[in-house]
Amino acid sequence: MAIFVLLALVPPVAHAFDNAFLITMFNRAVIYAVAAVGLDLIIGFGGMVSFGHAAFFGIGAYTAGILGTHAFDGSDFIFGWTGSNDAFVVWPLAMLVAAFFGLIIGLISLRTSGVYFIMITLAFAQLFYFFFVSLSQYGGADGLSLWDRNVIPGLDLYDRDTFYYLCFAILLAVWFLLSRLVGSRFGRVVIGCKQNERRMRALGYDPLLYKLTAFCISAAIGGLAGALIANHSEFVSPGLLHWSRSGELMVIVILGGLGTLVGPIYGALALFLMEESLVSFTEHWQVILGPVLILVVVFFRGGIVGFLSGAGKTTVKSGGDHG
Amino acid sequence: MLAKRKKAALLGAAALLMGTCAAGISAQAAEPVKIGMITTLSTGAGYLGDDMRKGFELAISEHDGKLGGADIDLIVEDDGLKPESARQIATRMMESEHVDLMTGIIFSNVAMAVVPKVVRDGMIYISTNAGPSALAGAKCNANYFNAAYQNDNIHEAMGQYVQDQGFKKVYLLAPNYPAGKDALAGFKRYYKGDIADEVYTKLGQTDYAAEIASLRAAKPDAVFFFYPGGMGINFIKQYAQAGLKDEIPLFGPAFSADEHLVDAVGEAAVGMKNTSHWSPDMDNAASKKFVAGYFAKYGAKPSLYSVQGYDAANLIGSAISAVGGDMSKKDDFRAALKKADFSSVRGNFKFGNNNHPIQDFYVREVVADPDGGYTNKLVGKVFSNHVDAYASECKM
Amino acid sequence: MLLFLEQLLNGLQFGVTLLLMASGLTLIFGIMNLINLAHGSLFMVGAYVGATAIAHGSGFFLGLLAGVAAAALTGMVMEFVIMRRLYRRDHLDQVLATFGLILFFNEMVSIIWGRQPIAMDPPAFLSGTVEIIPGAPYPAFRLAVIATGILVTGFLYFLVMKTRIGMWIRAGASNREMIGALGVNISLLYTLLFGFGAALAGLAGVMAAPFSAVQSGMGENILILTFVVIVIGGIGSIRGAVAGALLIGLTDTLGRVYIPDLMRLWLPPSVADGAGASLASMMIYILMAVALAFRPRGLFQTHG
Repeated sequence: MAIFVLLALVPPVAHAFDNAFLITMFNRAVIYAVAAVGLDLIIGFGGMVSFGHAAFFGIGAYTAGILGTHAFDGSDFIFGWTGSNDAFVVWPLAMLVAAFFGLIIGLISLRTSGVYFIMITLAFAQLFYFFFVSLSQYGGADGLSLWDRNVIPGLDLYDRDTFYYLCFAILLAVWFLLSRLVGSRFGRVVIGCKQNERRMRALGYDPLLYKLTAFCISAAIGGLAGALIANHSEFVSPGLLHWSRSGELMVIVILGGLGTLVGPIYGALALFLMEESLVSFTEHWQVILGPVLILVVVFFRGGIVGFLSGAGKTTVKSGGDHG
Repeated sequence: MLAKRKKAALLGAAALLMGTCAAGISAQAAEPVKIGMITTLSTGAGYLGDDMRKGFELAISEHDGKLGGADIDLIVEDDGLKPESARQIATRMMESEHVDLMTGIIFSNVAMAVVPKVVRDGMIYISTNAGPSALAGAKCNANYFNAAYQNDNIHEAMGQYVQDQGFKKVYLLAPNYPAGKDALAGFKRYYKGDIADEVYTKLGQTDYAAEIASLRAAKPDAVFFFYPGGMGINFIKQYAQAGLKDEIPLFGPAFSADEHLVDAVGEAAVGMKNTSHWSPDMDNAASKKFVAGYFAKYGAKPSLYSVQGYDAANLIGSAISAVGGDMSKKDDFRAALKKADFSSVRGNFKFGNNNHPIQDFYVREVVADPDGGYTNKLVGKVFSNHVDAYASECKM
Repeated sequence: MLLFLEQLLNGLQFGVTLLLMASGLTLIFGIMNLINLAHGSLFMVGAYVGATAIAHGSGFFLGLLAGVAAAALTGMVMEFVIMRRLYRRDHLDQVLATFGLILFFNEMVSIIWGRQPIAMDPPAFLSGTVEIIPGAPYPAFRLAVIATGILVTGFLYFLVMKTRIGMWIRAGASNREMIGALGVNISLLYTLLFGFGAALAGLAGVMAAPFSAVQSGMGENILILTFVVIVIGGIGSIRGAVAGALLIGLTDTLGRVYIPDLMRLWLPPSVADGAGASLASMMIYILMAVALAFRPRGLFQTHG
């Protein structure tokens, strides 16, 4: 759990070095970690390789962005409601909207498996990407500025430390709840479906129901992370839903260690630290990052967590495409 | 045991990384003027930012690493055409690298993510390309200067030109995104004839066969299109291959005919008229010196993006020299910028009330370059001292 | 009516371009059970090398050959160094490693060729137009693309279904061990097969270069469409790839042209144009979702 201690120490260390930017940077990593931990639930435990998770991230971000815009200029959003800036309204709503679309996408996508599942989730994410690109009343491809951060009574979300610790607390909560979830009966059924769906069915469980629930939970967490990133960068754009963003989220999960829940947190930190340091080294940093990813996939199968625990964790082939 | 040691090593490495990031700022010197340049260097549009940076750096190297007598510390970062990355870089430049001013953004959507925030926080920002209307009108800001153009200008100039040439039925195409819609709106502000059709295509589309077939069937007497970068290359090539090049004249903004783009399109682009605020064959001393110097340094032809980078650097130089290199005199620096006391390669150049340029616009034609490749040749002037459409909404 | 015919032809041509990419990818995908996101990078390598060779005066056919050979070689090196370690791995690992390859190739290309797009013109004998539909001269090069696509697909079908190599390939797809027992060097076969798929991607790249921008990242747009094609068609099926490519080509083309017109019937033009263009850009993904909702393994499922 050293990672949590490290994360908790970021603000004081940053202040000690008089470099507040570090907090901003780590904050971004923490928010991506929230989404990636949620993604690990379905990829690592459920064997559902979603290549379209950025859709939920973006949907959450746009929920915050759109509600914030209406709250800012007092214009009508829907049925006379002028949006909201209240975090207790916006964030749950971001989760709810993401979960709702998760339900629809999941219902259709879970009819397929293996490669087909990967590709259909990608297709759905593309669909939402183009939807937001052409949503001209909310900025279209140019994106949407969030004029005010969301409000929580008694907290100043513009304060860097406050916002950082809030996101950190959310990450802790998400990690804790999901850790409990995968240990519960529900979690064991989901894992069971990954290993042998037929057996779970024979035991009287409906695999689709369990997988769909896990998918929706993961989508909701993605939506929450989206609302947080909207507050963090005070800006949302269709770029959040680009397919390479889905790829990045998967990279974070694998880099950290699949099916560990704590791994994605390491993964997010590692990816962002790597990006920041490579960028300062060369503008062609992707030419280094690419091979690094390949090396990790080929040689460090358990990701950072597997490396730390001393043994490469083997992943089971989850594709059902020969079924 | 082994695992524990590895863990300690990893944590150590992370701490070290944090440390080096942090140490980077404490070692800053007070002397040189720090300029933070956020621009697009990667993706297919990376050459735009690359050209702009080259222009900017040329101006610095012409003055032996100085602008306005002060040493320049230019920090360049790639935004990868991602607004939120640009936002993050901007935050870092302000808080960690403590830059004195910022510049460089190419794309309007990236600018919209960065500029309103940084200028609100008191940073001076000088645009080298993007000029979204949202920053030119009611939301104009004393800290924001645009050394390039207001987005609509170049399309407005083409609208005027097409109108002047007596075309009566024009077919319009643009990508389905805000800049595309603004482009066609700008064109229509000065073109008053009939519109054969107005077509919006998917952003990043590569194949235009279907659009071209519909276009031919509509029998317009001219076509105006706004397809920057790769989309433009595809469209112009396919238009020529469909045999339409000599039948229906094609008009576009300079973004679809910059020096790299016409080289990439080749023969298919020859004869295409496009509007710009500059042309490589412009007859003024500053421009001639610039083109020669650019070629000598980089072995390549400058594009309008290079021009904007070069002019922005010289503009900044003029203001630095006015405050004697003391960047703490912010009000004086702003006032000096506003005077635009430098010799622009574009000839006429001054700032309007909204800190956007008042400049001339020209029509150019793509021709084969006698030295190889393709280039643009000046055809005539469309606007003199053109003021953008939003200046009156700005209360400055 | 003639315009509609011309639009059909456009749809067909777009479909065939996709098919050139899809046929190579579906072979690799279906037989080696490998997701290769970097297939688009091979397309890009083909286009860059082809365009460069032609710019240096190689002539069209030699340039074409250079592009195809470069893509094939890159593909085989890629297979030898990385892919063969991934055959038995999770699809997730394959997606990730090949995602890394995309980053690498996109950046590598801009290091070697610079950031600006580069040029390639169609050869002189194909740069004119042919009036196959009265009043609508059609670019000769696009007809050449259609012809190439049909030839290649026919050849592929023959190769896989009628030859000994095809038999090995099909046997290898269903049972790796057995084909090894037959004395066939399966890893060599796979390297060659991967190179062949890469060559097809390179061919598609060179053929696309004269009417598109040769630039870093050019492979990704077409890559995603190609995946849509093979997934709709059914992975590993050549027939499926043909059906999927034509379906996507026609849907996309006709959708782009006619959806905005349809919307104008009941919406004001300013709204209809934007909304129509949006719907048109989402059309193929909607099509894919619908297709997979009813046929979860594609239209022409091969195994299982």
